[in-house]
This record gives sequence, C-alpha cells and structure tokens, in this order.
Amino acid sequence: MNAAAVGISITAVVGVLALIAYQGFSHFWPSDVQLIKFEDTQGQTHEVYAELVELDHLSVQQFLESSGNAKWVEPDTQVLARWLLKTGNRRISPPDFRWMYQNQISSMAPQANLLAIERVEWGNAYGLPVGVTVNGVDATLTEPAQLGALLIQRVSRAAVIRTDIDALESGPINHISYRLERLRLQERALQLSGDNNLQRSNEIKEEVADLHEQYTQRKIELSNLYKLLDQDQLTLSTASGELFELKVADILHAWQPNDMSTWQKSAHYIGAIGRFLTKPPREANTEGGIFPAIFGTVLMVLLMSLFVTPFGVIAAVYLREYARQGPFVRFIRIAVNNLAGVPSIVYGVFGLGFFVYFLGGNIDRLFFPESLPAPTFGTPGLMWASLTLALLTVPVVIVSTEEGLTRIPRSLREGSLALGATKAETLFKVILPMASPSILTGVILAVARAAGEVAPLMLVGVVKLAPTLPIDANFPYLHLDRKFMHLGFHIYDVGFQSPNVEAARPLVYATALLLIIIIVVLNLTAITLRGRLERRYRGVES
Amino acid sequence: MTQQENNSMQSSLQVQDLSLFYGDKQALANINLTIATQRVTAFIGPSGCGKSTLLRCFNRMNDLIDDVSITGTITFGEIDIHDQRVDVADLRRRIGMVFQRPNPFPKSIYENVAYGLRIQGESSKSLLDERIEWALRSAALWDEVKDRLKDSALGLSGGQQQRLVIARAVAIKPSVLLLDEPASALDPISTLKIEELIHQLKDEYTIVIVTHNMQQAARVSDYTAFLYLGELVEFADTDSIFRNPKEKQTEDYITGRYG
Repeated sequence: MNAAAVGISITAVVGVLALIAYQGFSHFWPSDVQLIKFEDTQGQTHEVYAELVELDHLSVQQFLESSGNAKWVEPDTQVLARWLLKTGNRRISPPDFRWMYQNQISSMAPQANLLAIERVEWGNAYGLPVGVTVNGVDATLTEPAQLGALLIQRVSRAAVIRTDIDALESGPINHISYRLERLRLQERALQLSGDNNLQRSNEIKEEVADLHEQYTQRKIELSNLYKLLDQDQLTLSTASGELFELKVADILHAWQPNDMSTWQKSAHYIGAIGRFLTKPPREANTEGGIFPAIFGTVLMVLLMSLFVTPFGVIAAVYLREYARQGPFVRFIRIAVNNLAGVPSIVYGVFGLGFFVYFLGGNIDRLFFPESLPAPTFGTPGLMWASLTLALLTVPVVIVSTEEGLTRIPRSLREGSLALGATKAETLFKVILPMASPSILTGVILAVARAAGEVAPLMLVGVVKLAPTLPIDANFPYLHLDRKFMHLGFHIYDVGFQSPNVEAARPLVYATALLLIIIIVVLNLTAITLRGRLERRYRGVES
Repeated sequence: MTQQENNSMQSSLQVQDLSLFYGDKQALANINLTIATQRVTAFIGPSGCGKSTLLRCFNRMNDLIDDVSITGTITFGEIDIHDQRVDVADLRRRIGMVFQRPNPFPKSIYENVAYGLRIQGESSKSLLDERIEWALRSAALWDEVKDRLKDSALGLSGGQQQRLVIARAVAIKPSVLLLDEPASALDPISTLKIEELIHQLKDEYTIVIVTHNMQQAARVSDYTAFLYLGELVEFADTDSIFRNPKEKQTEDYITGRYG
C-alpha cells in the first residue's frame, strides 16, 4: 500500500517534470523547414515554407459539426490528423502559425538552402535567399548556398556591432543619463532648501554642461555604429515566389536547418537555450530570453531571506527564551500560527497599503522631496516585495526556530551559565549555533514558499517588463526602489496575456521548468548547509 | 597565585536560616551550615530530600526556575550572594558547578575547556593553550586527549566527558566546586577516577558534593550533611556521621533501613 503510494507520487512528479521539460525544450531545436504543398477549400494548390510544430488528432464528427470541409475526410475513419505549422513571415503573410489537415497536404519535404531567420521584430522569417547586399553593393552571387553562407557571416558581423552598441548604451550612455538625473535632483533639492548657494548651483550647471558634451560625443559614436550596422540587406523569396527585403540589422540569427548536421543542430540548440537564459525578452515577452525574470526572482528571494531570518529568529528567541510563558505569549503564538493561514493576496494588499503607500510615501516626503511628485519608494518595488514576502513567511521561521530552541537540553544552558556566562552569551555561543539547523529548516520552507508566490507580488513590485535590472554599475548599485520581473508572473503574463498564443506556449513551459529548477537549487543549497550543521551537532539532542 | 590564596582564605560558604519554596511547596526548611575551606563536604540523603536544591542555591542556579522564593542568607566570603549588587555571572565564575550528567558543548575538546575563559574575554592563544593543558591535567584527562584536542567532545566516553566537564569548570579557577552527583551516570572505573580526582582537587578547592552513594561520601568527604525531607538532620565530620551518628534517622539511613 505504502510502496504503491510512493510509486504513484514519484511517477507523478517525474511525469510532470518530463512533460514540462519536453514541451519547453523541444522549442529550441532547429527543426527542418519543409516546403509544403497544400490545397485550399477551392481546390487550388499553394506552397508554403514551414516548421512542423505538432501533430494533433480531431474526431471527424467534431470536424463536420464545426462545418469542416467533407472532402478532407477519408471514408471509414473516425479521426482526422492535423498539423500545427509555424510559417513565420508574419508581416507579409499573417498569421505565423496555422493548422492544416493532413489530407489537405499533398507533399511535404525539406528543401536545401532554406533560411530560417530570427528577427528583432515580427518573429521568424523563412525563405530562399536570392540576393545579398554588402555595404550597399550587391554581392552578385546567385547560388543560394553561397548566399546563405555570406548572409550568416554578415549576421555574425552585425551581432558584434550590436554588442558594441549595447555596451555603449548600457555602459557610458546609461551612466551619463543617470548622473544627469542625479544632478537635476540635486538642483531641485537646492531650490527646495531655499538656500541661495550660488557656488553649488554653478558647480551643478558646469557639471551638467560637461555631461551634455560627453553625451553628444557618445551619441556620435553610437550613430556611427548604427550606420555600420545598417549597410547590409537580404532579399528572400517565399515559397510562392514573392520577394521581400530584410535589413541584416534586423536579423538576430540566421541558420539553414535543412543543411545542418545533427552536431551543428545540437550546437545551435545549446546556443538557443543559452540565449533564452541570458537575454532579456522581446516582442511582448513572446520572444527572446527571461534573464531579468531569473535575476529578479533570485534577488527577491535572497533579500526576503535576509529580512525574514533575523526577524523570525529574534521573535522566536523572545517568545521562547525571554517572555514569561503565560496567556499573552500563548495568544501571540496563536496569532503567529494564524498569520501562516492568511491568503497571500491579502498580504499583497497589506504590503501595498502599509509598505508602499504609508512607509514609502513617508520616506519619499522625508528623504526624497526633490523628486516628488514622482515617487521613489512610494511605489511598488523590490524592497517592498521582499518585505511583503518576508512578512508572509515569518511564521514558518518563528515556528521552526522555536521548535529548535525547545529541543536544546536544559543541561547545556545550565552548563554554560554555571561557567559564568550571561544569558545573552549563552544564547549566542551555545543555543543559537545549536538551533541553526532548525532555523535553516525554517528558511528553507520560507524560500520554497516565497519563490513560488505570485499573487502578492503583482501588487507590490513585479512588472511585465522592467527596463533595467535592480543591480547595475550606478551608485548605490543595488536599487531597492526599482520594479523587477519575476518568473512566476512571467509565466502568467506570457501564458495568458500574450497576443501570440502559439509563439508563447513553449516559453511558458520552459519558464515553468526554470522556476522549478531555481526553487530546487535554492532549497538544495539550504538543505546541504543544514545537513552540514546537523552533522556537527549530532548526538547532543538526547 | 596570590589571588587564588586570597580567595581560599575567605571563601567559606555560610548558610543561615535558609528556606526555599517552589511555589507553595517547601523544599528546604531552616538550613544552617558552614562549608569549610579546602575541604570536601558531602550532602547525602534519600531522593527528593533537597540536597541538590541546596547545592544549586550556592551558585544561584535556582534563579533559572520560575516560582522559586528563598528566605535566609548564604554568605560567600564577605558577601551575601542574594544581594542585589552581586553579579550572578561573576559569582558563578567563582563557584563552579559540575552536573549529574556530563554536558559537554557540541564543540571541540579544546573549545569546551576554553569556553569559560573566552567568556571572560581571554583571547591570547598561548595563555589559552597553557590554561587548557593545566585544566586537563588537573582533571586527569590530558594524556587521553592531548592528541585530539580539535575533535568533538561528543566523541569521548561518558567518564571522559565528565572529567572534561570538571576540567572546564576548573579552567576558570573557581574557589569552590559544586559537584552534583558527578559519578551517578558512570561505570565503576570512571567513578573511581572521579573520586581520585576529588582527592587531588581538594588541596586547591573547596568542594561540595551531592551523592546518593554513602560509600562514596565516606570515601571522599571530610564533612557530611544528612538531609531528610528538606531539613538538615545532622551535620558533622564524616567519621562521626558514619561511625557514631547522633540522630536515629541518620543511623537508619546509613545502615540502609530506608532511602
């Protein structure tokens, strides 16, 4: 009975993980681009380039009831096969995903030299290269294989330039704007203080002028880079022979899946996963990576642990070691336990009302009057989100710390006190070290709960797209007032708020898997640490 | 060493009219006795007679228990230990205690003995090393553990742990050592070692030992107090208590008629 239950549980967990992993990670594999010939309802034949996404089966009855065309139904069959095709080229022949019945398709085969292109905007493009312009001059090649190779080479050159542009924009230019903003605030603060410090105000003016100068120079550098990027062009032909032009500057990656070996495909696959993990999202989160969300989740959880651990431990130590045990302490314990049962969205509302509006609003009035009416801390942000989650998880830490404290034998406390240690010395040198495994257990549970929590975060700091990471090279480096992205919310956003459902679906799975992995990793780290501490104190608790 | 001598000159404990209550329940009633300097005093009596409670009064361990009220005085040297100005931690540094069950901290052997010294703010490595060796030698444990000072104290046997705890108490050079049934959880050989140790230690420390083992009291102590139901029945030098008890109750107890 027991073995069966365990078996079922394990199978369920592994099954769910495998499903998520398969759905999520098959997306990154560079599958072949097929030339598909199909017949429309009027009986005309068309051609299209497409990747096969999935094969689905539909009951014939259902098909006919929803006024499907009877000529695609083979006699004597109950089910109808249909393919989901990714046809790309959203701009010239939308939509980029379409369903097609098996019997509608007269032939499908991968054709050599077809290009698959990931664009900055408008999703993927598929087609046969017919011309490439390099530095404004036509390359005068006609062989598609040569054109493809040349294009891929030009795309990697563009990628290098794009990296330079990114470095310039997120480095010096970002830094200059940040300092300009600081100076503007300083000037405003000077005005607000009413103190006519002409010297300081002139200094600020000089600095601003200097920064503006630097900014202009950087802008020139930047526009030169953009010019370099803008010189190449590609002409593609669709399956129906329509020609269209693409700027190489708009191409992120180009590959020829039908001509790649498995080895090359694997390399591309790993690269694609790497980009998914390290790049920010594009196109309303349906393309690109999820790095800011990973970063935000991990940072938020770490900050939360930083807030919740001392708070929970101090509370537990007070309740167990210092407070006189009586009805009052009993009442507090009941309150703490009930706190663990409050729905998480309620914490979100509380966080918004108390932390964001009350605390944040007052902090702004007292410390950042110069930037008002634009709020600094009086708006949802990383710090308030971490604090809200710390509040949500503090009961767990309190309960397990108390558990640990009660398990420490009285003889050890007496031993320490009898040697002339004060109560506080005993606490720090004997009791807390021995209770550390229990404290960590509490933190593990807190992390597990906090990392997966989404509802309260939507109110206190998580956004669909954060333009900057909460940590950067500008003083004070960690920006607790910034909004951030979170994997859990990202899943919701991509899965349910996305304009392009088919494009988003694999990303939902991949993101979900990643969220699970991050929670597991955070937990394993804490569990390892706890195991090490437990080994040190083994044999004491008798 | 002058401080040591100084302490031992005046460190006798004097108990006057001591009564102790756990809530409403009286555990000690009007105890009067004097603990002699650099002698071994044993408290004997049946279980629940209050001998451990009396012992724990000397270093104010009973403070840790809620609902305890004490009347009467205990004088240590010149001072009343219940005086408000007395620093309890300091008192406990001067009156060390060893408990019934060995209670080493889950730290290394070295750190266990160093604990009391570190609490006092001692951090010089050479002085610590010297003091720890001295304390472990005093507790007759040095030869057994000198090669594994960095190992966990929890790996020692019960008897070794108890001697370690004695070393830990001795390391901070108290003038009085309170031993609360130090050998009751140990095997006969370990018990013998502890008793030998008490013999050696009494040259430098005033020792008070609680025991339920009368032979042990007879072997190690100079004075013996017999307690029964919270009262001090008889207190005299050990020889006369065992050879020639004045009270009938004492005689009944030591001849094994009850207890």
